[in-house]
Amino acid sequence: MSASAMATSATADAVNASGRRTGRRRRLPFSPWHLLLAPLSAGFALPLVWLIVSSVMSDAEINRFPPALWPHGFDLGGYRYVLGNAMFPRWFLNSCVVAGVAVASNLVLGALGGYAFARMRFAGSRLLLALMLATMAVPFQLTMIPTFLVMKWLGLIDTLGALIVPSLVTPFAVFLFRQFFLSLPRELEEAAWIDGCSRLRVLVSIVAPLARPALATVAVLTFLATWNDLSWPLIAINHDARFTLQLGLTTFQGQHHTRWSAVMAGNVITVLPVLLAFLCAQKTFIQSLTRSGLKG
Amino acid sequence: MRTTGPRTPRPRTPRPLTLDPDRTLDRDRAVRAARRRRARGEAVTAWAFIGPAVLVIIGLGVVPLLWSLLLSFRADDLVTPGRWVGLDNYRALGEDPAFRTAVRNTLIYAGVYVPVSLAAGLGLALALNRRIRLVGLYRTLVFVPFVVSATAQGVLFAFIFDPDFGVANALLHHIGISPQGFLDDPGQALAVLLLISLWSGIGFCVIVYLAALQDVPAELVESARLDGANPRQVLRHVTLPSLTPVTVFLVLWQFITALQVFDLVYVTTKGGPLGATTVIVYFVWEQAFQNFTAGYGAAAAYVLAVGLIAAAVVLRVYQRHRRRTGPSPVDGKGVGPFEGASR
Repeated sequence: MSASAMATSATADAVNASGRRTGRRRRLPFSPWHLLLAPLSAGFALPLVWLIVSSVMSDAEINRFPPALWPHGFDLGGYRYVLGNAMFPRWFLNSCVVAGVAVASNLVLGALGGYAFARMRFAGSRLLLALMLATMAVPFQLTMIPTFLVMKWLGLIDTLGALIVPSLVTPFAVFLFRQFFLSLPRELEEAAWIDGCSRLRVLVSIVAPLARPALATVAVLTFLATWNDLSWPLIAINHDARFTLQLGLTTFQGQHHTRWSAVMAGNVITVLPVLLAFLCAQKTFIQSLTRSGLKG
Repeated sequence: MRTTGPRTPRPRTPRPLTLDPDRTLDRDRAVRAARRRRARGEAVTAWAFIGPAVLVIIGLGVVPLLWSLLLSFRADDLVTPGRWVGLDNYRALGEDPAFRTAVRNTLIYAGVYVPVSLAAGLGLALALNRRIRLVGLYRTLVFVPFVVSATAQGVLFAFIFDPDFGVANALLHHIGISPQGFLDDPGQALAVLLLISLWSGIGFCVIVYLAALQDVPAELVESARLDGANPRQVLRHVTLPSLTPVTVFLVLWQFITALQVFDLVYVTTKGGPLGATTVIVYFVWEQAFQNFTAGYGAAAAYVLAVGLIAAAVVLRVYQRHRRRTGPSPVDGKGVGPFEGASR
């Protein structure tokens, strides 16, 4: 805006809408949207800030009314308790194993299944695909009781296997890979075909490197689903040595209701891997989640 | 083919009598057999590729689905052999005040969660859809609660809303309001749960709307503006109409999410106080794994499933309908989840 624009808005008696806005922009060194967005987004972040702050408070500071809004010192007692006396390291490891195996196997089995649906012709493929699409709409709550019985029959209840087996591959992963492979040009593969590569070889060395967006999406969604799940571990696991972090955290909270700093320290440990993964790969996370939503 | 015009008659080549007609037949058969052999080999490979996925999905998806239906017609405690009771479980559900409370709570929860999360999500997305400094940070902060697990949310907010030691009452104390019961108060518990899930659920609506807003064609907005539309009219007549498909998706998605709420309830209130936060899934879990009336729980799950499957079918039918009746410029060809990958 030049000086003449300023002069116009200063001299004009009837100030129109745009004129008013230039006037305000003159006074603020930044966009007025910051006045709305900064407090709003800070409000969203506040509970998480409080989570971290309270995990380094001393019990004395927390257990008084009204509690301190900001810690006076930096007390790691909560973390020491959680990592020393409780089984959080074990639960952390369990969660890593379950989420890691689930991600790896969804990538492998999902890609294999999706590729077969996208490129190969075999009897019953249409029926199977329809069946798979149908199970995608089925909520877990509907199948959780018989899934428990199947796991019991397999002798897996109360082992990490019970957590891993149902999430080995989801119909969603297969379908997502199928859609992605269908969008790739066939010609790339046909050249390798003619050179005598096997299907598996084509998939591994030609298609998979091109499928990075699909691989990332499946990895992110599987990781979030398995790491954050509570209801299935709650049903399938009784022994605390086999707890995941989510199950361990809620049990720990029930048993140590008054040791809030320790509970919050445990909570930070539970949330941190997801938060770090999200902050490191924010773009991938957001694209994965919006894509999962806007699927056809 | 152009060369063989009507004027030049096609030269007739005599049948090659030197070749034995049986031989061509043989060759045809050989080709067909080879093709069949290749197809069979292909089918074997395909089944090897797809077998593990099919095993898991049928064994832990389709079979449990039917088994669950069977269970709902039985009185079964998962330990001793059950017996067939027909529709008794469903009849009992209709008369069970606890189940009616669970349905009511779930519907209230969904009835608030869906519109509020969508409206707030759209508002925030519109505010965040501009190129100003720090906007990336704002987006991150709004979205970050969504990746936090419901368990962690529940534990965190149980602390924040703790009537004695919680920071919420401390803040109220500072502005001179008497301490509240929050999750311990039957009149407030469901509202507090809604607040918590909105905190994390709005972020999802925001990013989905933001992605859709970035797909609104800039030429459309520009030409509307050139035609003299003010920002409000552009929003009302150009931007919002092109968001309709995304809104339909979000309504159904958030509805499905709201009907399935469990983890948060389990961590914070365990359905209490006095059943004020018992939702359907919590009811199912309690019946099956606490009271050992699995058949009854399965029947309740099937009642819930009717709502969920209806929502999923509406979504699918809508998406298919849209794809048939000419897609809007927003989602292009609409072939799958990846047409926006270059974004």
